[in-house]
Amino acid sequence: MENLQCQCGHVNPPGTKLCESCGRSLTEKEQNSKLVDMRYEGTARRSQTYNKSIIDKIWNFFSSVKVGVSIIVVLLVAAAIGTILPQQAFVPATTETAIKDYYADTYGSIGRAYHFLGFHDLYSSYWFIALVGMLAISLVIASLDRFVPLYKSLKNQRVLRHPSFMDKQRIYANGPGTEDTLQKAETKLKELKYKVRTEKNGLLAEKGRFSRWGPYVNHIGLIIFLFGVMLRMIPGFYIDESLWLREGETRAIPEVPGYYLESKNFELENYTGEGGEEIFGEALDRVGTVAKNYQTDVVLYQTAEGALPGAADGQEVVKEYPIRVNQPLKFDGYAIYQMDYRLDELRAMTFALTNKETEESLGELTIDLINPEDTYELESGSTVELLGYYPDFSGFENGEPQTATPLPNNPGFLVKLTTSETPEGETSFITIQNTVEPLGENEYKLSFLSVETRDVSGLTVRKDSTLPILGLGGLIFMIGVAQGMYFNHRRFWIQQKADGTILLAGHTNKNWFGLKKDLDQVVDYASLPAYTDQQDEIDKVEKAEKDGEALS
Amino acid sequence: MGEQTKQKKSNKKQKRAVMRTIILTLLVAAIGYTIYNSATAEDVSILEVGDKAPDFALVDLEGNTHKLSDYEGQGVFLNFWGTWCKPCAKEMPAMDRQYEAFSNDGVQVLAVNIAQSDFEVQSFADQYGLSFPVVIDKTKSVMTAYNIRPLPTTVLVNPEGNIERIITGEMTEQDIEGFMEEIKPE
Repeated sequence: MENLQCQCGHVNPPGTKLCESCGRSLTEKEQNSKLVDMRYEGTARRSQTYNKSIIDKIWNFFSSVKVGVSIIVVLLVAAAIGTILPQQAFVPATTETAIKDYYADTYGSIGRAYHFLGFHDLYSSYWFIALVGMLAISLVIASLDRFVPLYKSLKNQRVLRHPSFMDKQRIYANGPGTEDTLQKAETKLKELKYKVRTEKNGLLAEKGRFSRWGPYVNHIGLIIFLFGVMLRMIPGFYIDESLWLREGETRAIPEVPGYYLESKNFELENYTGEGGEEIFGEALDRVGTVAKNYQTDVVLYQTAEGALPGAADGQEVVKEYPIRVNQPLKFDGYAIYQMDYRLDELRAMTFALTNKETEESLGELTIDLINPEDTYELESGSTVELLGYYPDFSGFENGEPQTATPLPNNPGFLVKLTTSETPEGETSFITIQNTVEPLGENEYKLSFLSVETRDVSGLTVRKDSTLPILGLGGLIFMIGVAQGMYFNHRRFWIQQKADGTILLAGHTNKNWFGLKKDLDQVVDYASLPAYTDQQDEIDKVEKAEKDGEALS
Repeated sequence: MGEQTKQKKSNKKQKRAVMRTIILTLLVAAIGYTIYNSATAEDVSILEVGDKAPDFALVDLEGNTHKLSDYEGQGVFLNFWGTWCKPCAKEMPAMDRQYEAFSNDGVQVLAVNIAQSDFEVQSFADQYGLSFPVVIDKTKSVMTAYNIRPLPTTVLVNPEGNIERIITGEMTEQDIEGFMEEIKPE
């Protein structure tokens, strides 16, 4: 493409619509239209200009608003499809293969395709991230390609424009003026806070140019926001771990080296509908139980500097805190939230050693299921020796009792009971509601008396170092929106010809009503010729034509 | 004059090409990095082969403290296990036999139990007649530091104190022998 030389002598880059210097229309389309297209001041979008190397081609692709909007549409459609089947985080499967099978088994071939295409974990699927990345590229390039020429053009704009530029502006006037018209107009416009520049027989008044930067500021905010989201994927910036903590347990906090958390107590409190809560009585009758409070009382410990994992010494209490919903334990940039709970996990079981025939008790013992002892001595001199403990008994394998998990869900005990009557000892295998006597009939048994339970708190450990960046991005985004939405870029060009005729043109990027209100004051004060809104004229003509068609 | 403008124009062109290349490269690199991170996020083994093995101090069933750093100069065969984990139990006897064979060559076995009671661990050790030290990670802090997910997981630490290999799942006796050979001091 060749550069375009305007009649005024200025050389414009190819693709320019309105001469950068005088404003004459350079294209046939512009010359034939009644109003000029003032978007980007008629400058050439840079990418349209050069299209040679592969880099230029890629650049031009992303410079297109059509491409940008298409990417957004594709993202929206993908996100919508991602809501049709549940995301993998909400699926009752944990391992990679189990998740895959779940989709295939539950939803058939659709589920298989869904999983194959990565819709089951949409935000982490490589193609979704790639699309968001392409959107970011599009934002950067499309903004650069438009901002730079617009900025240059507004910075270098001339006071005097060619009459053909002025009469194609939406607000236009042409009529006689007096000697001091220009001066008076200048005074009034300055009073209205316009920046006025004069040159020879003309003036340019301008206000609120910064509002034109709104979209670009807005895009900078979006880019910063996306950058923050990107950081989340980098280890160390974003932590979201769960921690199941049982009453009485002390655990290392995952992903938080050097800190330990102990649960003293978990409490689930419901509304009773009594006392001060009588007011809720009716509602409670209607809906049943309503939780009032979920609370885990914790102690946070920190190990001494340089202490090794596993070493129990040197732990110091940092603080004691009741973690409640929306009141996380906060320390050192981390926050621990109350998220979930399980009530009444077995903790200890109490038995009585009894004679099977006489039902006479030789004493009681309590077995701590978390930390059982080898032998339990009873007052009567009898002993109960623990030979084996299977916290989650799941059956026998080769005659060997097995445990499925380390949790005391279904405790099994292999015990040897020794009394004065049975000094050799009797062996028995006890599970809940069941006793097996593997070595023959016994005289004594352990009869179950009571159970102690404890609650489990489901906590979430969170750290998000990207929040300030996301916040900054959001703030800049909003500044850009306000800048572009609530301020207008208003301009007036006024020229007085040698014969005293006044030419006037006005333009704003939005809010023509406001522009006209300003102009009305200037017209009054400086007795300018009456102006017309050429867009209104065009609309009127079109409307009349339409009505005419409708009539005939 | 014409020469000069041409010169200026070609300079401008070059500058533009360089700028565009730089911007595009930066953006594509950022996206590539993000995708890479998200792809590897699942198996965040923050620990990797070649890393310094995090030091720890755990107490065994006899009450002796075992510090990993005390074994520098020896290969350490670090096995994480639990009594409920069947493959763990299966590989224990083989580990014990290989320990007998390699202990004089400077290979140490440390079996790290995940937060079970002394009673359970002791009866397991007695049942299998384990001769290597069995330590209990009561607070799961070592498990957390090593980011252990499935059991059994075995971490091989070489005599320099670096991670030589991470094995998840059950090992055969042949595997165990080969691994011990790998971390045997020269």
